[in-house]
Amino acid sequence: MAYVPLADQDSEMEMHHPHSWVSKYVWSQDHKVIAIQYGGIAIAVGVVALILSLLMRMQLGFPETFDLIDPSSYYQSVTMHGMIMVVYMLTALLLGGFGNYLIPLMCGARDMVFPFLNMLSVWVYALSVVILMASFFVDGGPTGAGWTLYPPQVSMAGTPGHDMGIILMLVSLAVFIVAFTMGGLNYVTTILQYRCRGLTMMRLPLTVWGIFIATILGLFAFPALLVSAVMMLFDMLLGTSFFMPAVIEAGTPLDYNGGSPILFQHLFWFFGHPEVYIVALPAFGLVSDVLSTHARKNIFGYRMMVWAIIAIGGLSFIVWAHHMYVSGMNPYFGFFFATTTLIIAVPTALKVYNWVLTLWEGDIRLNAPMYFAIGFIFTFIHGGLTGLFLGNVVIDLPLSDTYFVVAHFHMVMGVSPVLVIFAALYHWYPKVTGRMFHEGLAKTHFWCTFLGTYLIYLPMHYLGFLGVPRRYYAMGTTDFIPASAQDLNVVITYAALFVGASQLLFFINIFWSLRNGKKSGPNPWGSASLEWQTPDTPPKHGNWGDELPTVYRWPYDYSVPGAHQDFIPQNVPESDEPTADEQHFDPDHDASKADT
Amino acid sequence: MALAVVIFLLVIGSVIFHFASPWWFTDIAADWGSIDFTINITFWVTGFVFIACNLFLAYCVYKFRQKDGHKAVYEPENHKLEIWLSAITTVGVVAMLAPGLFVWASIVTPPDDATEFEAMGQQWQWAFRYPGADGIMGYADTQLVTETNPFGVNVDDPNGQDDIIVVGPEMHLPLDKPVKALLRSNDVLHNFTVPQFRVKMDLVPGMISYIWFEPNKAGRYDIMCEELCGIGHFVMRGAVIVETQAEYDVWLDAQPTFAETQSVAAANPAAGQAQYAVCAACHGAQGEGNQALNGPKLAGQQAWYIERQLKYFKEGVRGGEGDINGQTMAPMANMLADETAIRNMAAYIASMPDTPATPTITGADVANGASIYSRNCAACHLDNADGTWYTDAPKLAGMSDWYFVTQISNFRAGIRGLHPKDDYGEQMVGMATAMSGLEEIEDVAAYINTLR
Repeated sequence: MAYVPLADQDSEMEMHHPHSWVSKYVWSQDHKVIAIQYGGIAIAVGVVALILSLLMRMQLGFPETFDLIDPSSYYQSVTMHGMIMVVYMLTALLLGGFGNYLIPLMCGARDMVFPFLNMLSVWVYALSVVILMASFFVDGGPTGAGWTLYPPQVSMAGTPGHDMGIILMLVSLAVFIVAFTMGGLNYVTTILQYRCRGLTMMRLPLTVWGIFIATILGLFAFPALLVSAVMMLFDMLLGTSFFMPAVIEAGTPLDYNGGSPILFQHLFWFFGHPEVYIVALPAFGLVSDVLSTHARKNIFGYRMMVWAIIAIGGLSFIVWAHHMYVSGMNPYFGFFFATTTLIIAVPTALKVYNWVLTLWEGDIRLNAPMYFAIGFIFTFIHGGLTGLFLGNVVIDLPLSDTYFVVAHFHMVMGVSPVLVIFAALYHWYPKVTGRMFHEGLAKTHFWCTFLGTYLIYLPMHYLGFLGVPRRYYAMGTTDFIPASAQDLNVVITYAALFVGASQLLFFINIFWSLRNGKKSGPNPWGSASLEWQTPDTPPKHGNWGDELPTVYRWPYDYSVPGAHQDFIPQNVPESDEPTADEQHFDPDHDASKADT
Repeated sequence: MALAVVIFLLVIGSVIFHFASPWWFTDIAADWGSIDFTINITFWVTGFVFIACNLFLAYCVYKFRQKDGHKAVYEPENHKLEIWLSAITTVGVVAMLAPGLFVWASIVTPPDDATEFEAMGQQWQWAFRYPGADGIMGYADTQLVTETNPFGVNVDDPNGQDDIIVVGPEMHLPLDKPVKALLRSNDVLHNFTVPQFRVKMDLVPGMISYIWFEPNKAGRYDIMCEELCGIGHFVMRGAVIVETQAEYDVWLDAQPTFAETQSVAAANPAAGQAQYAVCAACHGAQGEGNQALNGPKLAGQQAWYIERQLKYFKEGVRGGEGDINGQTMAPMANMLADETAIRNMAAYIASMPDTPATPTITGADVANGASIYSRNCAACHLDNADGTWYTDAPKLAGMSDWYFVTQISNFRAGIRGLHPKDDYGEQMVGMATAMSGLEEIEDVAAYINTLR
């Protein structure tokens, strides 16, 4: 059956152009405005989490002289930093921000399938952030149970924020999941239904593939978090015992019996592990597009890249208990989960090879976005390899719950996605604003971030080898940790402060360039994918003017032999850009036959 | 160009850092060399990949950076190369995983001759139980836990009567004997970790988890809690002493059985009263305290706490260097001949009428004290500052506020709490940092004064 894009069936599609400032910028249904709203909130809340991390680092680096936080606020900072960064910053920014901006443009659509739902999504997300932030101001403060929120301690008196703090956290998560579901259904439906004529699935940019699979993961994974949040609220408010066994709280037995704390961990990580890939897959996609564009070379092994994304997405649902090797679960699970976890390394490694091979024999433009993208390859190799230590169950025993774990996941899902986010923000900045950013400032920002974060996390692995436990407010005295370990902590703290401060360069750059940046023109990087081919820059409401584009090729036609220039936009017909047929590649053979 | 050089230098620098680093695994002290072996394999494989991939990356960035007249090569796919890379990666993964699974198989199956012991965690301390002569531990349940039966052992279970009970953070193990740790928690998740033994496992309330190992090097090793267990997580410490079987047997014999802990004769307050006359000089006839003589109020304090402190003074655990007033307590405590005398004294003090001490602190910021107290202190000392045996927290409400200020200052200065035999003192050394200095200590004291 011939594929007819839904968006194409009604050429006189009603546009509902906004008429007032409020409907244009506040209650906007334009995916591009919503993307900026999502991104703005996510970055703002990310800055809060960044500040919390610096407070922690000050405590760890200078435990004797730094008095601003006490044990209670340290654990609250640990918890809020983690939860904000993983869920409210990374997930929201990558899917809500980049997903919203790029999906319709890359699919050649006028907007999302459900623009009103999309608007609701961002404002419900904003509400979840408000609820979360409110927990800083309630009695007892935010929860300090660690971002994993493990029962029973999450609701017991020995944990900061064990009453209002945790309730607000759980409510906020539930609200966030509602927002995510509204957005997520939209992204999936839009990708499936609103692709323009000729744009088959195998001609989609990897960004769209990454976001597509990540969103599907989210739609399956977040419900596990939602039910565990609801069950936990029941335990706390209605006295059920889902997760609560018989326990003693400061000498007084509590009225619980028979619940299983490990059940919560299974539910949490059934969400929590796919969550890693909910963040990673969009980042994989974005970085693929940045690398290919600036290397002036097609992404190497496109079909392998797509299948790797799908394989990683599928596998990510059967590796969750590698977070629980020392949880007290049946130890025989270790065999299964160690095996699946190491299997997932294979498609992940292939992606890395293909990124590097994309650079091979390229014509690499070392622009600022490319700096970040190449920096990402380095940090991701590092973080991915340390994952092989922790995934292998026997090696996890000595390293679990030490600083090695902290270093590993910050390399792989902190620094790496953040480098991609900066690469992508700089890369698409000209499309979003119509102006170029300041290249020198952006490169300085790269050097500070890239070198600074490596200085933070490389030594941190070695604290882990030593056996320094994570989530310690202060080390106190031990027989096995030498005094020199504190020197490392001091170095790490200085590096963290430096990296934190250097992020100002980014904000200065994007705000300064809004007015003072050079006009970028529609396609400053010479990019082949569809979002750079809009009639207006920045794209207007409706994106494509009167006529939707038609796609004739994959999005990576760079340096095609015989072509007029070193890229061929996706919407250029074969007839306008004659290429030697046997040379020309189309990952979707059927579609290319149909085009001719 | 710069980027290629920097990536090259980062690779070289990382390798140098790795080999030059003095920060490395602790010397292994249990028979788990196979874990270290697997780690080494993983290091070689991942190390090779790290160097190879990143050097190739740096080379590509250097070699294929934009040059005039240069054009990228159009090469969408290369199936042969992709299959080769997949195959090599798979081999590498198998090389790491296979030995890991074999070692795991031995970790999950404790040998039949492994002797058992129980490590029990609760906020924020350790206690240990050994099965006794019959080799079987009695049934225990969190719901049976009381001050005198902290393990919650069923008093009617015959298997439990000879269980050896060690209430305190220090345990012993014999050298070169496989042992299986049964792990239990009374409240939240904890984790039993001895870095030198390499293995670790969570303690989960409501169930028993296990881990086994064979200590093969004599010494004293820290037991760390490595699962976030609340505000005192970072000060939850224990120690395991690995020694020869003969030394171990001597130690074990000196520990009380469960039956013995249940049949302790009731204390005799009258006997305590007879000896109290000496104390009255400084602490007052009714234990009301006397600041001029540096004698804190005793009346109302929890008996177990008085007992422990008297023992500490007697053994020199308290009253060390810098603690002048504590030093004067040593000869006083020595007048109590044995544990029975100490218990009698504590029982007598517990029988005294408790009238709240007169506050001496003025002008402090009570609101700030309330905030610090409720966030950091209440978890152990309770909201009403009555204290509880469960967290080893003494009563603070209505006690001498000036004494509180001295003691917290001593904890902060390391004068009190760091003696190796002071089981729970180091927790307060850690927690006392919640107060930044004298001013905040007084704020907290002033708040506690409102709780009488």
